[in-house]
Amino acid sequence: MKTYINETDGPVNKDRRDFLKKLGCGVVVVFSVGTPIYGITRKSVLEDFNAYLRVKEDGRVDLFTGKVEMGQGVCTSLAQVLAEELEVAIDKVDMIMGDTELCPFDAGTWGSMTTPYHDPLIRAAAAEAREVFIKMGAEKLGIPQKRLKVENGVVYDTADRNNNVSYAELTKGKKVIKGVAKPKLKGSSDFRIIGKPVLRLDAMQKVTGKAKYAGDVTLSGMLHARIKRPEAYNAKLVSVDTSAIENINGLETVRDGDLFAVLHESPDVAQQAIVKVKAKWDTPKAKTDDVKVFDYFKDSNPEEEEFESGGNVEEGRSNSTVVLEEEYYDGYKAHASIETHTATAEYKDGKLTMWVSTQTPFGTRRAVAEALGLPQDKVHIRQSFLGGGFGGKIYNQQAIEVAKIATKVTKPVQLIWSRKEEFLYDRFRPAAVVKISSGINTEGKINFWNYNVLFAGDRGAKLFYEVPNYKGVTSSRKDTHPLQTGAWRAPSNSTNTFARESHIDMLANAAKMDPVEFRLKCLKNPRVIKPLKAVADKFGWKPNMTLDSGRGWGVALGEDVNVYVAMMAEVEVDRINGDVKVRRVVCSQDMGQVVNPQGTRLQVEGGITMGLGYALTEHVRFEGGKVKSLNFSDYEIARFSTTPEIETVFIDDMDSQPLGGGEPSIICVGAVVGNAIYNACGARLYQMPFTPERVLAAIQKGGM
Amino acid sequence: MQNVIQFKLNNQPMELKVNGNANLLWVIRYLLQLTGTKYGCGTGDCGACTVLVNKEPIKACMAYIEDVEDKEVITIEGLAKGEDLHPMQKAFIEKDAMQCGFCTPGMIVNAIGLLNANPGLSPEELKKGMDQNLCRCGSYGRILAAISEASERMNG
Repeated sequence: MKTYINETDGPVNKDRRDFLKKLGCGVVVVFSVGTPIYGITRKSVLEDFNAYLRVKEDGRVDLFTGKVEMGQGVCTSLAQVLAEELEVAIDKVDMIMGDTELCPFDAGTWGSMTTPYHDPLIRAAAAEAREVFIKMGAEKLGIPQKRLKVENGVVYDTADRNNNVSYAELTKGKKVIKGVAKPKLKGSSDFRIIGKPVLRLDAMQKVTGKAKYAGDVTLSGMLHARIKRPEAYNAKLVSVDTSAIENINGLETVRDGDLFAVLHESPDVAQQAIVKVKAKWDTPKAKTDDVKVFDYFKDSNPEEEEFESGGNVEEGRSNSTVVLEEEYYDGYKAHASIETHTATAEYKDGKLTMWVSTQTPFGTRRAVAEALGLPQDKVHIRQSFLGGGFGGKIYNQQAIEVAKIATKVTKPVQLIWSRKEEFLYDRFRPAAVVKISSGINTEGKINFWNYNVLFAGDRGAKLFYEVPNYKGVTSSRKDTHPLQTGAWRAPSNSTNTFARESHIDMLANAAKMDPVEFRLKCLKNPRVIKPLKAVADKFGWKPNMTLDSGRGWGVALGEDVNVYVAMMAEVEVDRINGDVKVRRVVCSQDMGQVVNPQGTRLQVEGGITMGLGYALTEHVRFEGGKVKSLNFSDYEIARFSTTPEIETVFIDDMDSQPLGGGEPSIICVGAVVGNAIYNACGARLYQMPFTPERVLAAIQKGGM
Repeated sequence: MQNVIQFKLNNQPMELKVNGNANLLWVIRYLLQLTGTKYGCGTGDCGACTVLVNKEPIKACMAYIEDVEDKEVITIEGLAKGEDLHPMQKAFIEKDAMQCGFCTPGMIVNAIGLLNANPGLSPEELKKGMDQNLCRCGSYGRILAAISEASERMNG
């Protein structure tokens, strides 16, 4: 299956011309390319057909975006930036998201890119619209534009406020108006909505059960599909024996290559039927399992690729007073969104209409069209909420499956993956080994840093400490991972940050320094120092402080998508059974302009909470392609009882580019907990998750 | 195999002609078209499908329709009285106690069920009572704050 995660902006489909025709009255503003905001322009966005907003006859505004809402809160923050520049109330904004026939092309919702790269587009479009309305108002009122201002969707005469006209009055009967060339954006001192805490706009739908996810579409005569699955994700179907289901009333079956599905209008009957189907599979020999995988990686002769270097690490090593060489390990982690991969499809008159839980509606359209040999305009992905994504819904296997099935039957089809299927076909966060050797000199500063991450990426691995001699490489070999891997919230970064920050802590220890002071001594970049100082202050840090018996504190720093994160935590370690309880986490982020401090706080809290799962409990067990962790009962994610007290401090800068907040807070969690465990009991953990067994073993090895 | 099952759903009397062993979650979602109750795991491990049966929270994915015969079932759609939201729903909005929202109906329904049984639950008891409801987005802290807020209002 092909996926399209590396695209930037592709060409906009010609049928968007039809879209503009299809829209009713109202003013559609076409964003002109080349309006740089925070230095950002999108080169390949075609000028025509890129309608981001429409002011309707009733004065409400449609915001069209190819982005999706999966919990990260952009349905609120994008509405904020639009309302800000357009000068309308935020509750007048209607979000049209991820519909491939209504929204401008978008490569996908991932990588914390919506806020830094999409906000500026929406702002520019809204600013243009505002200026269009001023122009229209000037004509209507017969007053020069200079004398006009806008507020709350009304253009008024600054000499006489009663002399005014609303957007709604201006849009009546109008069709499409082109934008003006260079709209003037508001300065941060004039912001009414950007930078103010705004509650989620989708909350009402979500607390009443009305929010529609891909599986909440119920179509007349709809059939429920169940697919025969192997034990190993990479097994090939050899044969199917359907003799036991031949007499089931109303049951349909579909076979397409390795895909065998049963369909019934009752999900119960479909489920009972699929169990009765006997299938033979050809399963590849197991290469490794979750315990042996790290040696398997090291023995696989990986190829190195350098991502940074400076000075001479060998010289650095030879003139260091203390040299530390360690290896860090991280297992596979599942996305485990509560909504499993889901798709509903209707095939009518040669066209597929689909509701899909996907982070890539346009990529899904293309993948489905290619898999079925249909032109892209015969596939329409409609808007739905996502019940979590975290990178796991970038890939669209379920959409292709349901499309293959729906085009072979005469009724609409829904496919909701079972929790087992969700684990079996997940594209896991990769297991990895990180090798670090480094040393300090007589001044107690880091003298060299030699970093090698095996079988994960280099995101978050670049060194922001001041080190004269350094080298960073990734090592991997194609087709070595025994499981499917993919993007998992801040891909590779949590693994890299865990390794680096654990190692920095040990260097601090070797230099006989407090871990915060040691870090400050080795840093120059103010974007790292500011959040570190802010978090230390909020946490109540004192040099070399000690907490009550059994308790410990830790610190960790990280960088993700240009956001700098500093985190401190307090943990409690039970030395008898190895249990770790995280009591308190404080996080500080330098992330530029914070559009919605309320929603961003929520993202920070969410990242920390989810992160406690990978730090303490999450671990995919497998043997070859057979995934053995197949439900929440054997893949333990964070729960209510895991949740610590969380505090957040932003280093706000209203005049700089806003940066994405969906991912960064998660990267420091493993590191900060590991370092706090060390502070609590002297046990250094080299492998995540920090299970009680591993904590006990570490205590026995070196604990106090 | 078809039985006539009578029960009350969101205060409306219902009479369904279905197999008694039809899964309660699927009946609610597809026969009755109330899709606020979600499928998350099918094994009672996540709580996304929680509904109230005679005021007690149960996992609909683990129940048959015949289990609710002559009983009163409340789903997320049955909590508001017209436009007037249940205090728990209001508190979830005010505390921003959700992200993707997929677990939210189960969270709200389970919290109401806990407080139905014992209005005076302490924060620690609430945490324990909610521990089988999973939220991958990590909104637990805010959900607890919302439940505490609603609990005070419901008692007050």
